[in-house]
Amino acid sequence: MSDFYETGPSKPVTESIRVDKVSPKARRMHNIRAIVVVILAILMLIPILVMTQTAFKTRADVVSVPPTIVFKPSLEGFVFLFTERAIAPPGRIKALQEAAETGDLSLFDRVALNSGQEITGLSDYVGRLTNSLIIAGLSTVFAVVLGLFAAYAFSRFPVAGKDDLMFFILSTRMLPAVVVTIPLFIMYRQLGMHDTHIGMILLYTVFNLSLSVWLLKGFIDEIPIEYEEAALVDGYTRMQAFYKIVLPQAITGIAATAVFCLIFAWNEYAFALMLTSDTARTAPPSIATMLGRGGIEWSAIAAGSLGFLIPVAVVVFLLRNYLLRGVTFGAIRQ
Amino acid sequence: MSSVELQHITKKFRTVTALNDVSFTVKNREFFVLLGPTGAGKTTTLRIIAALLHQDSGSVLFDGESVDDWTPADRDVAFVFQQYSLYPTMTVYDNLAFPLRSPMRKTPGPEIKEKVQRAAEILHIGHLLDRKTANLSGGEMQRVAIGRAIVREPRIFLMDEPLSNLDAKLRESLRVELQHMQKTQGNTTLFVTHDQIEALTMADRIGVLNEGRIVQVGTPNDIYDRPATTFVAQLVGSPRINLFDARVEDSQLWLVGSKISVPCPTDRTMPATVQVGIRPEDIQPDPKGKFSGEVILTEPLGVETILHIRSGEQVLTSLIPGISSMRLHDTVHFNILRDRLHYFDDSGKRIGQ
Repeated sequence: MSDFYETGPSKPVTESIRVDKVSPKARRMHNIRAIVVVILAILMLIPILVMTQTAFKTRADVVSVPPTIVFKPSLEGFVFLFTERAIAPPGRIKALQEAAETGDLSLFDRVALNSGQEITGLSDYVGRLTNSLIIAGLSTVFAVVLGLFAAYAFSRFPVAGKDDLMFFILSTRMLPAVVVTIPLFIMYRQLGMHDTHIGMILLYTVFNLSLSVWLLKGFIDEIPIEYEEAALVDGYTRMQAFYKIVLPQAITGIAATAVFCLIFAWNEYAFALMLTSDTARTAPPSIATMLGRGGIEWSAIAAGSLGFLIPVAVVVFLLRNYLLRGVTFGAIRQ
Repeated sequence: MSSVELQHITKKFRTVTALNDVSFTVKNREFFVLLGPTGAGKTTTLRIIAALLHQDSGSVLFDGESVDDWTPADRDVAFVFQQYSLYPTMTVYDNLAFPLRSPMRKTPGPEIKEKVQRAAEILHIGHLLDRKTANLSGGEMQRVAIGRAIVREPRIFLMDEPLSNLDAKLRESLRVELQHMQKTQGNTTLFVTHDQIEALTMADRIGVLNEGRIVQVGTPNDIYDRPATTFVAQLVGSPRINLFDARVEDSQLWLVGSKISVPCPTDRTMPATVQVGIRPEDIQPDPKGKFSGEVILTEPLGVETILHIRSGEQVLTSLIPGISSMRLHDTVHFNILRDRLHYFDDSGKRIGQ
């Protein structure tokens, strides 16, 4: 030990000894915190679990009291979700049953038959989900792109009345959405935009624009202007500097903003209920209306919600690395 | 390479006048240093030349041609920023290649590679080319920033205190390298600094800027030996010049508050009260010296020693070679080199040559 100070360690030091420097108390606190977080996460995920289970339950399992935790999964809910059915006349049932026995019947028909129904056609669920994808997707793209340019201008140029304009943009968020649905309904009907994709995309874009301008301005403010100036001097135009220098650095902010906009447009219910009826109807009001049709098909509703959940979950999962920094924005300084 | 001329540039930020009627010329292939304290308008001047800012009045000329309407890209200058401003999302190689890849220049690929390699070689950063810029040390970052300027042949290099964020040792070695590079390649360079040593050691000519005005333009010799104002006299030289109020009586100049007097120079007309500047190296201890005082502090620096000498109520600093054997409270006799004195009037302007 004594010559350690002169000759250093006799063997190469391959692992950190810093672990010892964390006090046992701090480590215990860390563990407690981690356990609390895990418990909270489980609590949060229970509704999702119930929904997922319900989607795969049969009618009997869905309504059983107490709820069954372990059950035989069935695709009944999904069949009901994707099809339109009618009570089949007794003669028809017999014919179907015979076909089922010989194995000529598709899975869909077999499931329908079990509840005494026959399939009369496809439901509109897929169409509604497609509408949701188109409207939410495009409105997000527009809101982020337009918001990015506006935010850049507000951040970099001496815009006259900048603060007032920024406040004005924010103030569009202050009115509850429901308040403006009736006037919008009348306007849209007059303009022929009622129940059109363009109408809904326009509406969600405008609504999200305030959020995206504000969020993105914060992110762009954080990027020092010197980088662009260096690029200008290096022989690039402002647009090229924006594209080559600002954009790569703002990508986390853009991703975070896009997710916020997407989730809003994807979840939006009130506008969609009032301003669409069929061709442009999105999934949220459509799933809700399933409640009203004859007997309540809980498994079908759960299956519909599950399908509705998946696209957003995928997007958030893909962008998770950007989001961590985007959502904690302001807390972490580079 | 080009010459750059500023003509009567004025720039206001709201109510603050950053530059007030600034005119000077950086000659072709010249190393011109703009020296001034913080807030003097040095950076503003550079930014106006690079077209990152636009002047309120006056014009900028490159080779005698007005470039006032040109964009930063058109002006084709290279700017080394104080904060380096390396593009954080790119590697060192991409940073260096960035100016060459500009759509304006359309440099062919092999040529880019060659130029980047050459610049990296000059600056000894060849081994860093694949690294991300975020993981570099300060000195390495600054080298890359300079490299980004020298990969192409700009009309002028603008350097905004490029050495001020480095530690003393690195600053010294980069200073030498920069100077060597400028001399061997003959680049027109406008270098901004608040460090008088950088200015004196590197410059072909110095422009002294104070509160948005050009106070004096001249060679380092001019600036040091013939400062135009007390401000310039105090800005350059370390330790600082001794500056005293003096009265003219019976053709003698009496330093106020001391027993020191020197004959009034006869080659120029002197007002009744003047300020006298004495460089520390012009106060030379001598056993047979005409003046005397008490040593109140010695600062041995190795090569030289700074003596603080009290005479009456005044304290003079004297710079003598080697380590001094003087002790505190010793009485010291000294001479003042009369022909090296500087005289300024009450407003601080130099009197005579």
